[in-house]
Amino acid sequence: MQSLAISHYSVVNCLGAGARAVADAMRDKRSGLARCDFETVALDTYIGRVPGLEEARVRPDLGAYDCRNNRLAQLGIELDGFAGAVAQARDRYGAARVGVFLGTSTSGILETELAYRRRDPRTGALPPDYRYAQTHNTFSLADFVRRYLGLQGPAFVVSSACSSTAKVFGNAARMMAAGVCDAAVVGGVDTLCLTTLYGFHSLELTSRGPCRPFDAERDGLSIGEGAGFALLERVGVRPEDRAMLLLGIGESCDAYHMSTPHPEGLGARLAMQRALESAGLAPADIDYVNLHGTATRTNDAAEDRSVHELFGDGTPCSSTKGATGHLLGAAGITEIIISILAIEHGLMPGSANTRRIDPAMKCRYLIEPRKARARRVLSNSFGFGGSNCSVVLGAAG
Amino acid sequence: MLAFVEGVGLVGPGLRGWQASRAIFAGKQGYSRAPTAVAASELLPAAERRRAGVPVKLALAAGQEALANAGRDAAATATVFASSSGDCDNLHYILEALATPERQISPTRFHNSVHNAVAGYWSIATQCRAASTSLCCHDGSFAAGLLEAASQVAVAGAPVALIAYDHPYPEPLNAVRPISGDFGLALVLAPQATDRAVATLDVAFVAQETDATRVADPGLEALRTGVPAARSLPLLSALARGFRGTVILEYVAGTHLRVAVTPCA
Repeated sequence: MQSLAISHYSVVNCLGAGARAVADAMRDKRSGLARCDFETVALDTYIGRVPGLEEARVRPDLGAYDCRNNRLAQLGIELDGFAGAVAQARDRYGAARVGVFLGTSTSGILETELAYRRRDPRTGALPPDYRYAQTHNTFSLADFVRRYLGLQGPAFVVSSACSSTAKVFGNAARMMAAGVCDAAVVGGVDTLCLTTLYGFHSLELTSRGPCRPFDAERDGLSIGEGAGFALLERVGVRPEDRAMLLLGIGESCDAYHMSTPHPEGLGARLAMQRALESAGLAPADIDYVNLHGTATRTNDAAEDRSVHELFGDGTPCSSTKGATGHLLGAAGITEIIISILAIEHGLMPGSANTRRIDPAMKCRYLIEPRKARARRVLSNSFGFGGSNCSVVLGAAG
Repeated sequence: MLAFVEGVGLVGPGLRGWQASRAIFAGKQGYSRAPTAVAASELLPAAERRRAGVPVKLALAAGQEALANAGRDAAATATVFASSSGDCDNLHYILEALATPERQISPTRFHNSVHNAVAGYWSIATQCRAASTSLCCHDGSFAAGLLEAASQVAVAGAPVALIAYDHPYPEPLNAVRPISGDFGLALVLAPQATDRAVATLDVAFVAQETDATRVADPGLEALRTGVPAARSLPLLSALARGFRGTVILEYVAGTHLRVAVTPCA
């Protein structure tokens, strides 16, 4: 594919608000996971929670969209100078030439979960203040962000579970290559809700402690929440910037099982191979792999197998979910930004909470952060339904 | 963006397959609404067939018909899925369970709750490992899917199956988000003309508010406005009639898709 410039980005999750906070946490191998204290949830698990969302409100003119997911979207947009950068792009290209392609898995479902507790005891009706289109519907995130940023270009939400916000880079790249838009806001948001906490619990996939990716004693994931956004433009439009580049993207399906990855990591390997092909690179060109690494027994084993088959045991790799938790639909953008930070700061992240690497693992897994130049990074995101996406990022020049 | 339509699949209220529905769109046969008749696909393994909800049946029925009409191998064809709301029955069960003190939800219900559940079942049924995406754009979901599918055809130069479906919510969500019936359609789009091609589509995004093209039959027009995926009906009607001209499709507020349709000789 034609490389694209990632000219601006913003990020917020349990590690803090803004790229600086996340980069510092990576340097210090800090985890933001804490014992679950969300809403009325009574589960023995750890979560990665963003503080202050209960008190936050969305901008008054978009008050109908007020919900935890859109509050976190707004928080993310207002960080790292992102809203200003998009306003400049809007002026440069025109509002109708900037697309909005975002991902989320559960959107504002928390609003509906709470509304189901307040149903009319006589009729069963939902409370009159409940707003479906602006909060619950999967599109509400892109609808809100598009209005918030005053954009009029093409828009939709990709909702493919935990690969969603990686895949949107592909949608944007295609739309820009086809000339439908000149720039795109990509990324997305997922927020804590009862559906995912109790759902992963029902699958016995949540850890009772902070999750420990690739650890011999790993016993499941920790659910987190977060937002991340990136502005994609064509290379060379802003030569004054030392832009980060989107070099390639690969997508695949496992065609195996709805909630268990292919045991040999077949779909994962296809996604990585396609991403490398799309970037015109060989495995040896990749300096660091940011793994999906959820800390479930099956994901980490399958991913290790596929990464080792492709990269051997020489390429450093790690999962950052011990720091952030699994941000589900927002995992892709969050880890793409962490990968960009690794390139910018010359620091390959370690694996917070991992104590002893599973001896069955074959790839070169980093527990401790490593100061080393990383020019090209591959980031993996895999989801339910066997949806896989790998993204290759690199420094310009 | 140019794309050739190689195959169409359709299942909806009173619409039993594309071949059977063409006469209705062409005005040769009256439209009478009847509950959507859709069976589980034989392609799904028994366990998945048991777990699959209505949206999976709709998508598989429409998708398989379109690919058969196109003469394409489902295992080798990329897919774009578009839906406003996913599996609405399943979601309602989860929300009811979460409103009880026990909060017990089943693992199957949980994995069926993801918006891309249909894509997951599709890939298991067809053994397709090609790229697949699952989109949502509320009432504009079909247009979003068509825009994405057309961009894939234009940029990747490979065929893609666009599959759009919607399924009504039970109460109480039905009252706040009414979807009037079960509807699924599929279009196989290709970058080059083949002997299967029925029409060329030139798809353009336009950032202006305009009224969407309607369908002449009042019953079909009610279906168009009642089900997000049925916003595709003006395009399906054009394809069935061999219409040459422009179809306007509803998309995000303040925008629309303009589709120039040219029948293949």
